[in-house]
Amino acid sequence: MNKTYDVSPMGDSCILFRLGEGIDECTHRLVMAAVGRIEADRFAGYVECVPAFASVAVYYEPAAVWRSRTPEEFACRSVYEIVLGRLTKLLDGLLQDAERFSDSPGRIVTIPVCYGGSFGPDLEHVANHCGLSPQQIIDLHSGGLYLVHMIGFAPGFPYLGGMPRQLAVPRRETPRAVIPAGSVGIAGAQTGVYPLATPGGWQLIGRTPVELFRPDADMPSLLQAGDRVRFQPITADEFDNWKAGEEGTA
Amino acid sequence: MSLIVQRPGLLATIQDLGRLGYQKQGVVVGGAMDRTAARIANWLVGNEESEAVLELTLTGAELYAEQDCWIAVCGGDMGPVTDDLEPVPQWRPVHIAKGTTIRFQRCRSGCRTYIALAGGIRAPAVMGSRSTYLRGQLGGLEGRALRAGDRIEASKEAGMPITSGLRMSPSGKLKWPLWHAGGFAEAPEDTTVIRLMPGAHWDWLSERGKQDVFEGQYRIGASSDRMGYRLEGKTLELKPGMGELISEPVAFGTVQLPPGGHPIVLMADRQTTGGYPRIGEAATVDLPVLAQLKPGDVITFRRVSHREAERLLVDSELELEILKRAIQAKRMKRTTTGTDKG
Repeated sequence: MNKTYDVSPMGDSCILFRLGEGIDECTHRLVMAAVGRIEADRFAGYVECVPAFASVAVYYEPAAVWRSRTPEEFACRSVYEIVLGRLTKLLDGLLQDAERFSDSPGRIVTIPVCYGGSFGPDLEHVANHCGLSPQQIIDLHSGGLYLVHMIGFAPGFPYLGGMPRQLAVPRRETPRAVIPAGSVGIAGAQTGVYPLATPGGWQLIGRTPVELFRPDADMPSLLQAGDRVRFQPITADEFDNWKAGEEGTA
Repeated sequence: MSLIVQRPGLLATIQDLGRLGYQKQGVVVGGAMDRTAARIANWLVGNEESEAVLELTLTGAELYAEQDCWIAVCGGDMGPVTDDLEPVPQWRPVHIAKGTTIRFQRCRSGCRTYIALAGGIRAPAVMGSRSTYLRGQLGGLEGRALRAGDRIEASKEAGMPITSGLRMSPSGKLKWPLWHAGGFAEAPEDTTVIRLMPGAHWDWLSERGKQDVFEGQYRIGASSDRMGYRLEGKTLELKPGMGELISEPVAFGTVQLPPGGHPIVLMADRQTTGGYPRIGEAATVDLPVLAQLKPGDVITFRRVSHREAERLLVDSELELEILKRAIQAKRMKRTTTGTDKG
């Protein structure tokens, strides 16, 4: 395993690998490669792993790990040491391998968005703030290809990277008590989609009729870390038809 | 076997040991706050530990037994009584006669009471778990807290009933064996010590801040809930000029320090990731203790090494395994040669 990795315990049942410092695609690829390897070869006592921007947490059951010691691991004095040993083996040479991941295309998910109007009450404000017309905001926002760095904060909530810099707008001074599910917003240099209705201070520029989180589906979160997202402008009628269609098939 | 909720108390939800494997999709783990009490309650009635149980919070529910059933009540002591005011013993299997109402009162000790029903509580598994996640409206009964009129049904037929050495209450409504698992029901002291491992951003604390963590007393704040405990006490000070953090995973027991300097201990319904400095993690063995504290209770932190916390956890699991086998052995001991299934 490469020396630049930072590994530390997070409590007594979790180990955290830091594979980089910031929010960038290279680090993201390392994170995804690490998750792929860990999930493909689950060690005894493994529970789950959670990728973030630049880190991966691996949860385990210490008692189960301890019980599953192999003869070579009898010399280990702690569960952490055993887990670290098992994972180091898995992640060995990750950095070299990660180069190969650089071309891996990943999924591209298109998310239809009805911009402006009652779905995007802050579009005008964002346009004024950026010194652009609402249509230019829509063109810029829907022209980008965004990377899902991680899912967190709420079920199915994607942290997206790659928003054009011109679109950066501070959060609202007074957060809204409820942001409807499907809302597409901007907060600082970030853009995102709210899977569930929550309070929040994001500047809302549109809404998608697509459900980002479906608890009963095999993959409840529509988006997964590593996916690319494209926003596709639709009209209010198309939004309604989409909703009606979804209800029809439900 | 079924129970009708006549009153839910402050907050009653269906919980199991949590929703595992979906954190990377942003889904919280959730599950029983006091996992030990939930596991023991299940063992006592012959269930797998992963079966769903009821979690009552602070004030009691009222449950009506539609049929004869076996239950076990573990965790916080809400002084449960029958409609004849006969106390329902805790930390052991109890047989409730059809038509009996069990009333849970106010927590005399602890904060959360767990009720296991022989056969497990029926609820649809959502992402592999029956735990109720209220904020996401997932799991349990329609993703919501229980309310009056809800029917709690067993998900399958109960295992072998206990037939030997039963004691009966004067009214005949309750029956229980003499053995119990009450050793785990220790009354919490005035101040509870939670063992803490310094975390990833421990060194972001000023020298003063580090001292204060272990010297100060912290009161569990009023807005504490299943997601996290807000601690009120000395403001913890970071070194000047510590940078911004990018979101990283967080665990059950992680102590976060948001701006303002009042730490938050993340509990069962914590988000999967967080962006505040993590000054430490509570030892997993102390989480059931923490889960039984209520707003207003006071804790102090004692430093524990990572290795020590790990050893405590492995030892405690071993003890629990011994308890589980002892319960199984007690449950198997029977005088009849009967033909019950089991």
